[in-house]
Amino acid sequence: MSAAIITAPAADGRLGLRDHLRHISALARRNALQIKQNPEAMFDVVLMPVIFTLMFVYVFGGAMFPGHRDDYVNYLVPGLMAMTGLNIAMAVGSGVNEDFSKGVMDRFRTLPIARSSVLIAKIVVEVGRMLVAVAIQIGMGLALGLDIKTSVVELLAAVGLSVLFGASLMWIFVLLGLTAKSAQAVQGMGMLIMIPLQFASSIFAPTKSMPGWLRAFTDYNPLANLADAARGLINGGAVAHSVWMTLAWSVGLTVVVAPLAVAKFRQRA
Amino acid sequence: MSVGVGRLSVGADTLARMQRQQTPHAAVQVRGLVKHYGSTKALDGIDLDVPEGTVLGVLGPNGAGKTTLVRVLSTLIKPDAGTARVGGYDVLTQPRQLRRVIGLTGQYASVDEKLSGTENLYLIGRLLDLPRKEARRRAAELLERFSLTEAAKRPAMTYSGGMRRRLDLAASMIGRPAVLYLDEPTTGLDPRTRNEVWAEVHNLVREGATVLLTTQYMEEAEQLADELTVIDRGRVIAGGRIEELKTKVGGRTLQIRPADPAELPRLAGAVAQAGLDGVSGATVDQDGGLVNVPIVTDQQLTAVVGLLAERGFVLASVSTHLPSLDEVFLAITGQKTSSGDSHAEELQEVAA
Repeated sequence: MSAAIITAPAADGRLGLRDHLRHISALARRNALQIKQNPEAMFDVVLMPVIFTLMFVYVFGGAMFPGHRDDYVNYLVPGLMAMTGLNIAMAVGSGVNEDFSKGVMDRFRTLPIARSSVLIAKIVVEVGRMLVAVAIQIGMGLALGLDIKTSVVELLAAVGLSVLFGASLMWIFVLLGLTAKSAQAVQGMGMLIMIPLQFASSIFAPTKSMPGWLRAFTDYNPLANLADAARGLINGGAVAHSVWMTLAWSVGLTVVVAPLAVAKFRQRA
Repeated sequence: MSVGVGRLSVGADTLARMQRQQTPHAAVQVRGLVKHYGSTKALDGIDLDVPEGTVLGVLGPNGAGKTTLVRVLSTLIKPDAGTARVGGYDVLTQPRQLRRVIGLTGQYASVDEKLSGTENLYLIGRLLDLPRKEARRRAAELLERFSLTEAAKRPAMTYSGGMRRRLDLAASMIGRPAVLYLDEPTTGLDPRTRNEVWAEVHNLVREGATVLLTTQYMEEAEQLADELTVIDRGRVIAGGRIEELKTKVGGRTLQIRPADPAELPRLAGAVAQAGLDGVSGATVDQDGGLVNVPIVTDQQLTAVVGLLAERGFVLASVSTHLPSLDEVFLAITGQKTSSGDSHAEELQEVAA
């Protein structure tokens, strides 16, 4: 049998960085092709920002800022950017779970590639999806009268912060996805995390009017921190505290949860 | 392996040479393999060798440990004890090198359903470090070979069961593996598709691949394997060349249906008394309207049919019946299979 076609690996089978990058890009291409094959998978990315923005601006806008709906757009849209990241992170959990329940995972595991490449490729594509969703979110905001009071640099910082935090949340859902028995279970558990984080926050309404016990929660709710940070970066104003809090949450979550998720992945893979 | 001390080293060398003679270039070598799942022993000390360029059939009922064995040999799970080497690489200490020499086709097709045939094969090619162009070329070549060219651009989820299995087989061959595992490759396939898969396996073997095939079907083992290892409850209970095993379990049963059921006793008597070489008896199955004649070789089959023609019997049908897995087990162990599986009953029509 000729084995000549296969690029000769190092004698001990160890892979170099370029090998890893090639594997990750081949697997990321697979994830992208899956989306192309099943465009409904982009509904959350495309439609959610559109629907949420329209809904909240027209349902709450008038009541919150009577006569100044535009101001509510400027209040709401940065917060929704935070929420978008959370929603997409949740989808990663069920995606990972489904992947593992399929035979194709066995195929990958018998190939001479690093097992983590499969996971990294998934995260790369999901971060891409997150960027698209946040871009649509901003576009929608601009269409409804969002006024970027700072500069492009701050806007990009807000986008970066949203995606960074979203990516750190992904690890939680990857861990959930690897632990849960089914994709539905992942979604159920995801909801349990998502609902309080989303609504007990400053995303939809300022926290000033909330009772003290609730504010104790919202003050440390990372999603509220992110919403405040994005809002400050787009509308101007003090952002140092909320930006630092968001960075701390992002790094903290990643440092704690990513190793757990990777360990769980190795154990299953 | 070398032992460096005086007389001892001579002994070790001789021993090594003897082992080599016993198993010339074993592509797969398994010794004392054990795998527990809680208190159940999926593998309970398996030993086997697959010489290079041969096909070993691992025959056993559901739950015998066949799939566990394949999963250990493809580095999907780690054994609790024992050693296994594939292409000279140890499953525990050299998994990376080992994965470069194997291909696996499981009972459940491991292809990405959302990707097309071409995309699936291209992906595997890239993961096996083929350059882009080469990966494309190889994908096209294998799709052609497995008659999937027309469906190449369609997502695999639109494929029939047989097409998926062929795509899976193609995927496991991208890297031209020296050792191929086929884990129940035709379970759940219709006879036509099964024959296609068998034909492909024959081609692979002709090209020099070493194959470890697990199956529940005696007929499949007979079609594809050079040697057989029969396992049950994680242990090897019999092994050897197919002919040896067949002789042991009584080979096939020739079933003859005379056109006139009243002829049954006369027909059985004629076969039993003819003294044909190796044909020792014939029994009458009155309810089935059949005479059953145990035979081992094709020559015996021909001789029996020839005799009946000569004597002027008019036959409605003649068929051969391979022993079912249950019958094989009964012959080897005196016990029924642990799962009581009797799927292995296969009928081969030779005349009607």
